[in-house]
Amino acid sequence: MSLRIVVTVKYVPDATGDRHFADDLTVDRDDVDGLLSELDEYAVEQALQIAENADDAEVTVLTVGPEDAKDALRKALSMGADKAIHVEDDDLHGTDAIGTSLVLAKAIEKAGYDLVISGMASTDGAMGVVPALLAERLGVPQVTLLSEVSVADGTVKGRRDGDAASEQLEAQLPAVVSVTDQSGEARYPSFKGIMAAKKKPVASWDLSDLDIEAEEVGLDGAYTTVEAATERPARTAGTIVKDEGEGGKQLAEFLASQKFI
Amino acid sequence: MAEVLVYVDHVDGAVRKPTLELLTLARRIGEPVAVALGNGAADTAATLAEHGAVKVLTHDAAEYADYLVVPKVDALQAAHEAVSPAAVLVPSSAEGKEIAARLALRIGSGIITDAVDLEAGDEGPVATQSVFAASYSTKSRVGKGTPVITVKPNSAAVEAAPAAGAVEALSVSFSEQATGTKVTSRTPRESTGRPELTEAAIVVSGGRGVGGEENFALIEALADSLGAAVGASRAAVDAGWYPHTNQVGQTGKSVSPQLYVASGISGAIQHRAGMQTSKTIVAVNKDAEAPIFELVDYGVVGDLFDVVPQLTEEIKTRKG
Repeated sequence: MSLRIVVTVKYVPDATGDRHFADDLTVDRDDVDGLLSELDEYAVEQALQIAENADDAEVTVLTVGPEDAKDALRKALSMGADKAIHVEDDDLHGTDAIGTSLVLAKAIEKAGYDLVISGMASTDGAMGVVPALLAERLGVPQVTLLSEVSVADGTVKGRRDGDAASEQLEAQLPAVVSVTDQSGEARYPSFKGIMAAKKKPVASWDLSDLDIEAEEVGLDGAYTTVEAATERPARTAGTIVKDEGEGGKQLAEFLASQKFI
Repeated sequence: MAEVLVYVDHVDGAVRKPTLELLTLARRIGEPVAVALGNGAADTAATLAEHGAVKVLTHDAAEYADYLVVPKVDALQAAHEAVSPAAVLVPSSAEGKEIAARLALRIGSGIITDAVDLEAGDEGPVATQSVFAASYSTKSRVGKGTPVITVKPNSAAVEAAPAAGAVEALSVSFSEQATGTKVTSRTPRESTGRPELTEAAIVVSGGRGVGGEENFALIEALADSLGAAVGASRAAVDAGWYPHTNQVGQTGKSVSPQLYVASGISGAIQHRAGMQTSKTIVAVNKDAEAPIFELVDYGVVGDLFDVVPQLTEEIKTRKG
């Protein structure tokens, strides 16, 4: 039987752009170019490698987001994923992590899965909690923050590098995996891949397809409220000196004046 | 007064500093009740009492070390049921955030991660977060259920505030999911003798300009002269010069020390995301146009191979 891999990806505002908040304190997604979250490319890459090493596998990329989020799916398809699912609904605007995990979990169940692979965090919200939330919702093992991952005989294994120790983990499929940026460079889409991606199927689902009520998601359904967002004042200009042979001593003098020495 | 659950991060009974900072913040909201799990759990009580814990709920079982995350979620959920707290605070480590998220889902609550400050509010605790590579600061609160909030290291001062710290055994029954992910082996990280990166008061980092693995000895020598932790930019880590566990930036650690010293680091957005909230920033870089100089309180435009050793020597001399 075919190994069904679902990769969750997010379309995010470009981190090198000038990111800011919209009037309703949600992330402004209109004024900054979006793209596939860089950390999700690692998830797509590991999914493709696992699929290549399996007898028979199918990689589906899944995203929740506005119309433009299709760009993220297209990028993943051009890297080599087989098909895509786009969950889009006006009522999703302002959905928080808890709500997003609900939508993703319902979509994953509807799609059918043996293995879910996510990135370690998004590059915008950067909470890093969605993989754990998916495992909790789906009731399957959480095998997260892996720097190395492999799947064989219905078992997923991987290495999780923590602050205090490096751990080898093991769980039975179905499972939810997340991978770090140490898991291996993501491939660039080839010209052939880009052309092929145009013909790959992209399903569009809305909330009614997933039996989710509008009140469960969006700004109204959110479990958290952002009350204020203020731009951090620019740091006041510091002293810059050119090293004329005494630069180290001058820096030491500054550190002493600030009581660090 | 309402009770506030504080999840204790400890190593065999030695409480890590971020947990003590959480106790300071918890006392702004209510009476801290600590939850310590695993080997040495009961040994944490004295330190926790000294810093304000009125109660310490403890439980030890092999599951905490042998399986990933879920046993700890089961225990924290049991503590939540036993105490009905006004909030649950968890240190913002990778594991802490995962535990907090699963707990929030189970108890029907919202979650806020990576808070850098916390204050009591009319409608529950208000958390300050630093977002978009620290270019914005937001204030948020949880609108449903018991607020579950993870707090970054160095967000508050550790304060002595002696309290009873009565040890009580927590009763925990593990869920079916608890044994889903087995930890088949664990290799402890070798101790460098330096402070933990995210907890350190001073961080000394090296980047592309360091030029090679062997040259990181210069950065380490400077760090040791200041009693600092060593960090590295993504460029230095990707080049294989320094371990990923020391990476500062968006995909590495986010640090907020009293002093951040950047050597040979240009200051790309990916790096700034992880250090921009440091109180004082100084930098050494050859390139006067490097964006890092936009952030510094004091910058030296020069060759780090000249400036850094001279700085290290001068610090040693001054410290006698």
